[in-house]
Amino acid sequence: MNFYQVHFPILIVSVTLLFSFLIPVFGWWKKKLCYPLAIIAISISLFSSLIVANRVLYHGPIRYYLGGWEPPWGIEFYIDHLNALMVVLVTSISLLVLISSKKSIEKELPDKDVPFYSLFLLLFTGLAGIVVTGDMFNLYVFLEIASLSAYALIAIGEERAPYAAFRYVVLGTIGACFYLLSVGYLYIVTGSLNMADLNQILPNLYHSKVVLVAFSFFMIGIAIKMALFPLHVWLPDAYTYAPSPVSSLIAPLMTKVGIYVMIKIMFKVFEPSFSIEMLPVTTILSWVASIAIIVGCVLALAQVDLKRMLTYIMVAEVGYIVLGVAMANRNALTGAVLHIVNDALMMACLFLIVAAIMFKLGIRNIYELRFLHRKMPFTMGAFTIAALSMMGVPPACGFFSKWYLILGAIDANNWIFVAVILMSGLFNAILFFRVIENAYFEPAYAHDGGEHIEVSRDEAPLSLLIPILIMAVGIILLGIFSGKIISAFIQFIVPVSF
Amino acid sequence: MLEFLVGKFNYYIYIFLMMIGFYAMMGKRNLVKKLIGMNIFQWSIILYFISIGAKKGGSIPIVEGLSGHGAHIVSHASQYVNPLPHVLMLTAIVVGVGTTGVALALLITIYKKYKTLEEDEILRKIK
Amino acid sequence: MEVIQSIRPLLAVLVSAFAGCLILLAGEKNRNIREFWTILASVVKFSIVCSMIPFILEGKIIEYTIVNVCQGVSLQFRVDAFGMIFAVLASALWIAVSIYSIGYMRGLKEHAQTRFFFCFALALCGGVGVALSGNLLTLYMFYEILSVSTYPLIAHKETPEAIKAARKYLTYLLTGAAFILFSIGLTYYLTGSLDFVAGGFLEGHCSANLLRLLFVTFIIGFGSKAAIIPIHEWLPTAMIAPTPVSALLHAVAVVKAGVFCCLRVILYVFGPELLFDLGMWLILAYVASFTIIVANMFALAQDHLKRRLAFSTINNLSIIILGAALLSSDAIRGSMVHIAYHGFMKITLFLCAGAIYVKTHKEYISEMDGIGRQMPFTLGAFTIGALGLTGIPPVCGFISKWYLCLGSIEADQLIFLIVILISALLDAAYFFPIVYNAFFKSKNGVYPKFDEASSLVVVPIVATATFSVIFCIFPNAFFYFLDMASISVQNILGGV
Repeated sequence: MNFYQVHFPILIVSVTLLFSFLIPVFGWWKKKLCYPLAIIAISISLFSSLIVANRVLYHGPIRYYLGGWEPPWGIEFYIDHLNALMVVLVTSISLLVLISSKKSIEKELPDKDVPFYSLFLLLFTGLAGIVVTGDMFNLYVFLEIASLSAYALIAIGEERAPYAAFRYVVLGTIGACFYLLSVGYLYIVTGSLNMADLNQILPNLYHSKVVLVAFSFFMIGIAIKMALFPLHVWLPDAYTYAPSPVSSLIAPLMTKVGIYVMIKIMFKVFEPSFSIEMLPVTTILSWVASIAIIVGCVLALAQVDLKRMLTYIMVAEVGYIVLGVAMANRNALTGAVLHIVNDALMMACLFLIVAAIMFKLGIRNIYELRFLHRKMPFTMGAFTIAALSMMGVPPACGFFSKWYLILGAIDANNWIFVAVILMSGLFNAILFFRVIENAYFEPAYAHDGGEHIEVSRDEAPLSLLIPILIMAVGIILLGIFSGKIISAFIQFIVPVSF
Repeated sequence: MLEFLVGKFNYYIYIFLMMIGFYAMMGKRNLVKKLIGMNIFQWSIILYFISIGAKKGGSIPIVEGLSGHGAHIVSHASQYVNPLPHVLMLTAIVVGVGTTGVALALLITIYKKYKTLEEDEILRKIK
Repeated sequence: MEVIQSIRPLLAVLVSAFAGCLILLAGEKNRNIREFWTILASVVKFSIVCSMIPFILEGKIIEYTIVNVCQGVSLQFRVDAFGMIFAVLASALWIAVSIYSIGYMRGLKEHAQTRFFFCFALALCGGVGVALSGNLLTLYMFYEILSVSTYPLIAHKETPEAIKAARKYLTYLLTGAAFILFSIGLTYYLTGSLDFVAGGFLEGHCSANLLRLLFVTFIIGFGSKAAIIPIHEWLPTAMIAPTPVSALLHAVAVVKAGVFCCLRVILYVFGPELLFDLGMWLILAYVASFTIIVANMFALAQDHLKRRLAFSTINNLSIIILGAALLSSDAIRGSMVHIAYHGFMKITLFLCAGAIYVKTHKEYISEMDGIGRQMPFTLGAFTIGALGLTGIPPVCGFISKWYLCLGSIEADQLIFLIVILISALLDAAYFFPIVYNAFFKSKNGVYPKFDEASSLVVVPIVATATFSVIFCIFPNAFFYFLDMASISVQNILGGV
């Protein structure tokens, strides 16, 4: 194995880290260079992640030792099927969002593009690092890198952004500190920070109160980071007032990465039986998640701002995935992981569409979206596809993850959860058809007997439109080929004991 | 019992500090005070980590008198204070500093916008 | 039973989806090209569907798997005789309605015609997909596509009432879809498979009460589309859509899909023996009979022509369900051919209503005195359709009602025979006044002059009416409906 084959895991993270420092340097010299540099950086990461995923598919999990130091002393990157899936997801969505961000930045933040691209790359580094690392403290570092960049990026936004960002800073730091505390407690009792190592050592210590407290701190900390009800209060404000390209990147990915961390710790560091039998964690989580779904949908109904509505739907989606994890059987976990992928794609598409609408019209009020289907037909077409996916209409991908979640709920003999999942599909239908109605149907007085107000087509610029269309097509393709994704990746993620 | 109370005094201190920080973050209405609370919260955890590395009669964790290949020679690890928490906390301190920096920058922006740093006044101005 | 692998089912479904994209591309600027794509797609679809008929008549089954979804379930087409009945009906009538709607939309100078034709194409894609699907999951997928693509068609006029009607439509259908999804999930959990098996596959997998509950949720789910009272309300309200929509979708494709799915559940998921043991067949038969009588009574009270026809449709759909619920070979045969024959007759009636609207802008029966003199071809076709629905020869409705009556005698349930006869009586009571007023009543003794709608509108009407008559004399003419129904019955009951 030559240099290039071995070192791809670190390339995913280090290239973007390096470039995020290079961009301010080049930016002072020539502003135009920032955008191409950022694209090159993330493309290299995407390429590396695809190669890594390919290797994981054919050869099994990869362990990469940073600096050649073997664990448990050194930090390692451990990439198995779950990580491979997540890293490809994170890099591809980041690339698409980055491509689309150019025009939005020019319009919304005209003189802040250099810091924007630099922070964007830093945020990407943090997110990618979280999903590839195999060391608990390393995860904390990457988590904070991502969070800090997120705080700063959100604060660049509109009127109420700085205050929303400050609230996010305070709450997010509490979450990260709790995570740090749990890492500390685990370190005291085991002497190791490596995830695989902990997996070996911990089973002897499950009766210990220290481990119990560590686990509790960890769950609360990560619940803040992934905005699980009732610790979600920072999310609506922060994501609504952030600039459009920022929310398009953060919204789909940040919470999903948080959920990934939870899955990893619950099932790969601690044994699944710890969360299911020894502590009633899964029971509590499943009820909290169901409430999250309902509350998210109901609060979304009350919103008039399209972006804010999407953030509350985000809270509900987090509830879905956590519910799937918490039901802890094969079908439910398959549905949860599939939903991570599907939801990231759907949310990214939806937020990009909102960015496009902001770019063209400058408004986000649902009731002011008239004539939109004439002005921006492709954008609205993509919105319809994404909306159908959220509602769970086949063949879009949202249906297949819902299918597995329902099967999992039936497996768990929990009919209330089945009802919750089905009802939220209906809620989603109401929410999205509200918007579709307003965008597609003009009131009757606008046309009598065939005359209508001529509204010229004024579609979003290509750099915004093409990622949106790619994602919309991706939603349908992902749906049709869900079986392949499951058989290739997800069936290895689910613990054998399920 | 005494062992429990006195032997683990570092835990009590850090929990005490953490709760002060937590109260400040949640209970105070001035944004700067919230920020200070956040700092106290973070620092308490850092202190706790460092405290767990301490050992009775341990010396500073630097291996003396060996050049170059010192890593291969078994040194009496139990004589040295555990250096790993120190290293981890260096990182955590940097993270804390970064967070404080970002938060302060946000506070400056907020002050420029709303001319006040009291939370209730800001909320009133937003509405 | 020989199984053939062929890509024809997939092609049949995808033709109209592809055509839909072409329609979008053609747009408002190239109307004639757009119309051309519609007609071409409908003809191609129809020919692909018909090309599969010879195989089906020999007793074979055509299969095609798209992709595997999970353990034991894939997105799969499986064409059998019962599915062919519906597929042939939908695609044949699409040709007629396409020609008709070109004349109709241009006659009324309607707006948003591109969206109209696009959604129509997608709806047919869904309809034929429902007909040709081989398991519950594929069925659900195309069922949802059908629901979603017909939504813009109902809200076409974009008036507040139209939008409200569309919302109601969606509420009923999506709530039903939630029930269906639950039922499908439970079925998969109990049996590990979702494929349709003639005679059912649920036998012996779990307790009787759970099976009864499952049956109820299935019927509630599919019944919302099949307009069983009390979940029927969306259908009369949806009459606010333009007539081609009402004609094809709500007399033929959407509601027939609902009824088709109900029959699939009754005959291919549960199966006659299981339902007989559970006793659910009797309950379903009573529910269907209730709908039959009440719908006809509502129909008597309506003055709006299309609403009256809507309630007549509800009546006929429940007749189909009643036939299947009776579980005897003649009754099932009758209900299967009624799917096809009712489609032809009802579409004639709706197209007539549309023609009247295009020419005279009249919607209420009380305004339609003497209109038969003005539009003899249209009203003549209407008369033929009305005769057929009442069950009078020589129109094909007689054949299906005949088999249904035989079936209820065979099942030893004379009460349903009485129900069918009463319903026929009520049919006569509300159809014949329309015909009489049209031909023999006049305003102040003055009859209007001959003034038919354009030929694009009239020709399809006359064609479907003619077919209705031909089907009575030669039940197997062109499409072999009766043979296909017999083959299905044989497969289900294991011997005629």
